[in-house]
Amino acid sequence: MSELIGSVIWINGPVVRARGSRHVSMLELVEVGEERLVGEVIGLNGDIITAQVYEETSGMRPGAPMFGTGLPLSVELAPGLLKSIFDGVQRPLPLIEMESGSFIGRGMRLDPLYRKDRWKFTPTAKVGDKVSGGAIIGIVMETETFEHRIMIPPDLSGTLSWVAPSDEYTIEEPIARLKVGNEEKELAMLQRWPVRRLRPYKSRLGVTTPLITGQRVLDTFFPVAKGGAAGIPGPFGSGKTVTQHSIAKWADAQVIVYIGCGERGNEMTEVLQEFPHLVDPRSGRPLMERTVLIANTSNMPVAAREASIYTGITIAEYYRDMGYHVALMADSTSRWAEALREVSGRLEEMPAEEGYPAYLAGRLAEFYERAGYVETFNGNAGSVTIVGAVSPPGGDFSEPVTQHTKRYIRCFWALDKSLASARHFPSINWLDSYSEYLEDVAGWWREQVGMDWLKMRNHAMEILSDESRLSQIVKLVGPDALPDEERLVLETARLLREGFLQQNAMDKVDAYSSVQKQIRMLGLILHFHERALRIVKHGAPISVIHNLPIVDTLIRMKTLVPNEELEKMDDIQKQIDEQMSQLDSEYR
Amino acid sequence: MSAVISQGGQEVIGVSRIEGPIVIVEGAANVSYDEVVEIRDSQNRLRRGRVLEVGEKNAVIQVFAGSTGLSIDGTRVRFLGDTLRIPVAEEMLGRVFDGVGNPIDGGPQPLTDKYADVNGQPINPTARVYPRDYIQTGISAIDGMNTLLRGQKLPIFSGAGMPHDQLAAQIVRQATLGAIAGEPPSQAEQFAIVFAAMGVKHDVADFFRRSFMESGALTRVAMFLNLADDPPVERLVTPRAALTLAEYLAYEKGMHVLVILTDMTNYCEALRQISNIRGEVPSRKGYPGYLYSDLASLYERTGRIRTSEGSITQIPILTMPNDDITHPVPDLTGYITEGQITLGRDLDHAGIYPPIAVLPSLSRLMKDGIGSGRTRDDHPHWGGQLYAAYAHMQDVRALASVIGEEELGEVDQKYLKFGRAFEREFVNQSLTENRTIEQTLNIGWKLISMLPKEELTRVSLDEIRQFYKGEDA
Repeated sequence: MSELIGSVIWINGPVVRARGSRHVSMLELVEVGEERLVGEVIGLNGDIITAQVYEETSGMRPGAPMFGTGLPLSVELAPGLLKSIFDGVQRPLPLIEMESGSFIGRGMRLDPLYRKDRWKFTPTAKVGDKVSGGAIIGIVMETETFEHRIMIPPDLSGTLSWVAPSDEYTIEEPIARLKVGNEEKELAMLQRWPVRRLRPYKSRLGVTTPLITGQRVLDTFFPVAKGGAAGIPGPFGSGKTVTQHSIAKWADAQVIVYIGCGERGNEMTEVLQEFPHLVDPRSGRPLMERTVLIANTSNMPVAAREASIYTGITIAEYYRDMGYHVALMADSTSRWAEALREVSGRLEEMPAEEGYPAYLAGRLAEFYERAGYVETFNGNAGSVTIVGAVSPPGGDFSEPVTQHTKRYIRCFWALDKSLASARHFPSINWLDSYSEYLEDVAGWWREQVGMDWLKMRNHAMEILSDESRLSQIVKLVGPDALPDEERLVLETARLLREGFLQQNAMDKVDAYSSVQKQIRMLGLILHFHERALRIVKHGAPISVIHNLPIVDTLIRMKTLVPNEELEKMDDIQKQIDEQMSQLDSEYR
Repeated sequence: MSAVISQGGQEVIGVSRIEGPIVIVEGAANVSYDEVVEIRDSQNRLRRGRVLEVGEKNAVIQVFAGSTGLSIDGTRVRFLGDTLRIPVAEEMLGRVFDGVGNPIDGGPQPLTDKYADVNGQPINPTARVYPRDYIQTGISAIDGMNTLLRGQKLPIFSGAGMPHDQLAAQIVRQATLGAIAGEPPSQAEQFAIVFAAMGVKHDVADFFRRSFMESGALTRVAMFLNLADDPPVERLVTPRAALTLAEYLAYEKGMHVLVILTDMTNYCEALRQISNIRGEVPSRKGYPGYLYSDLASLYERTGRIRTSEGSITQIPILTMPNDDITHPVPDLTGYITEGQITLGRDLDHAGIYPPIAVLPSLSRLMKDGIGSGRTRDDHPHWGGQLYAAYAHMQDVRALASVIGEEELGEVDQKYLKFGRAFEREFVNQSLTENRTIEQTLNIGWKLISMLPKEELTRVSLDEIRQFYKGEDA
């Protein structure tokens, strides 16, 4: 399948140049050296071929052969993706471990998907059906509950001349034959798709459904819509990864693609060891069964880090095309951008800001635009939601990756170091964050929860931003100088911060909040505020409000009331009313 | 080391360009990327180098010992055809080596036929074991609030003039595998220590040597020393040589290894120097764009794997230029490592040792090594409460400096007292004080009990009933 196309003349880290064929195409997959290290053509100039290599090039010499494959870098798509962990160019890490031990050896050439597994295929199309790209011709239960829909590759259409009977097949065995014009094509479950090309769909639909994450600060205050894109920037130690993990655990997507891009090895191990033991609250199955992991840790070759983002998004789009809602986490896009910069630097390209290549913004746009809520060719609705972490150097949001990312996302979850230092988690700063999806998803809340969520949310935001303004004054003159009405704002804001925004990912009850619980909690805090405000206006000092036992209850209700026992909230409401009524009568 | 340098390989006489520690050789054929070279000057003095870039006709070489004394025509370069390897053996514990792994304690070459590539290979994430066992260092601010686990990389962010060396030495002296609070520490074997010094002063290296000797640890320490007046380029090899030995001891000999790397800032400066000379496009503050990947290739050589009992725990030390935590070296380090122990100048001035500023400090793995069945059930909430209270105290302290302490409310005054006691009684301890986890937790509760019960929203009501000893208990 591969032919000799040239010989290496220059090596500098992951970038090599070879002299040879003029018939190589850009982004073609090549193999370099006797070890046949995999790479990708990133530049052509006359007979000089420049390639980035996805493995360590130590020991490679000028004169080493370069082989062309005639194909672009592609991923394998078939049943067996779920529960897997791959490196940035979709090599299966568990099989690499079996081959080369605990350390990743070089020149490993392994099929991404295991060839010998047999999958029970149930056809849903029949001979004579006219089918086009994206049409579903059969299903395979990829896990006990997950239906993997086998589709006609997007670029084919024709008439089915044979469909395999319901039986077990490997992913390479034919399951259908398609007559395209006069030609007959054999189809297997296994398909390939070039990672840098977006998979087509019928049309884009509007985004109107929120991606529910069970994280109160996200769902209630800064929701991201299914098919939308969100960015999480934050300095080190501010909780990017914990937030990403929480979303990967609890988001109401059917498939999660988690890309560990230039991050720590232990983090991926944590996911690998934790997810099989966590149960998806919706399907009742282990979380791992809906997860695909792409791990290219910080010490793995840098060019493969650049590719990992594309590998992940292509897999996400594949599941979207079946009609599923997919959430993709990329942690961290800054490391991906740095990989881009490193390769660009070795190519001696003219740098733009901070050494990043001028095409950084374009690449980011290409990536984030692959998010979307679409109608697929088979008439289903599916979506890919992207949540990208950004690691700005020194926590400075004015750096190029954060700034360019902001142009292509509509939801910005700004992490704050000082909140993290005070162990306020998730340390998402409510004043710096924003979501442009608020209006888009308001209808969903009305239908699903039946309360005017947006109005309540805006009221709470108002209290929080008032707090910020007032605390400037407090810093200068102390809290006693404020009138009691304003001190009540500080008190309610504290309830919002400690009782609502703070969420303990380690606590069984608190880790996931249903939207019903979220809205009830918010409602109770606002109810408290309203009742207290009336009393303060009647002249009660703030201290009597502060000392009410209900204050402590409101802060602790997140851990005291499980999602399944929301009727306990009625009791809390009753306590508010009782305690307030008593004060009412005292100060009337 | 000289044992590796075999007689084979092609030799080229004369180089075409010398610039700082970079030498460009023309006319060498069949040179491989990253290969080791031997360079002899006209007096036949030997030094070593490494190939940074190869083209058809020329090779760019980085000379470890610098290029002083090299001439265009009088230099001979021998290409050895292999990447840089060092010998690894258990008997290297108790020995002292230079920055590239040659013995400098007057002893012989380590007797071994095992030579390992200093670059190592990335650990497969599926082969790792997630760290769960905590290390009791006997230092409250670490054990209680930034717990260190076996297999973690936890750097010390310091500044010039602060006692990071004393702290590191104390950790080395006191570190044992932690036990459940109240139980005696398990008699697990002691840590083997691999110590790498990069560009530090003679006194510092000597301080560590004495400290290891006094605690009787010297026989289980291997020291790799590249001191301040040694060639900076060698510094790029020093931590790699040290980690290569550590990997051998941990993953092939099943030992628990503690690696101390000091000072990472010097290492990064050496990297910047090479990058500048090569005319690479700089990113922040002149450091190369690949600084993150390069640091990761060191820090990620930490952890535990399934096929071995052993572990590597890393404590890199770095001095933040001008105490600036946003400087690229601490910044990129913080993004890779699993937390950081940050030393605070103001605490140091106040005479508090160790001057650990708990708010900017963090142990990312702490959550997995503490609590029920590991330290004590209340530990996670206890930590959260101390953090929250101390963070609030900082605001109160700032306010007090504006309006005066007397103007503060009753509760805030309590916070201020809490803060002082926290620094004096919890963070502060002597150089030889080795606190058990139970002592640490109890001191913490004593401090928490200085605050009114209503303020304690991070601990559960049960925990308050059990441990709170305040006025209204």
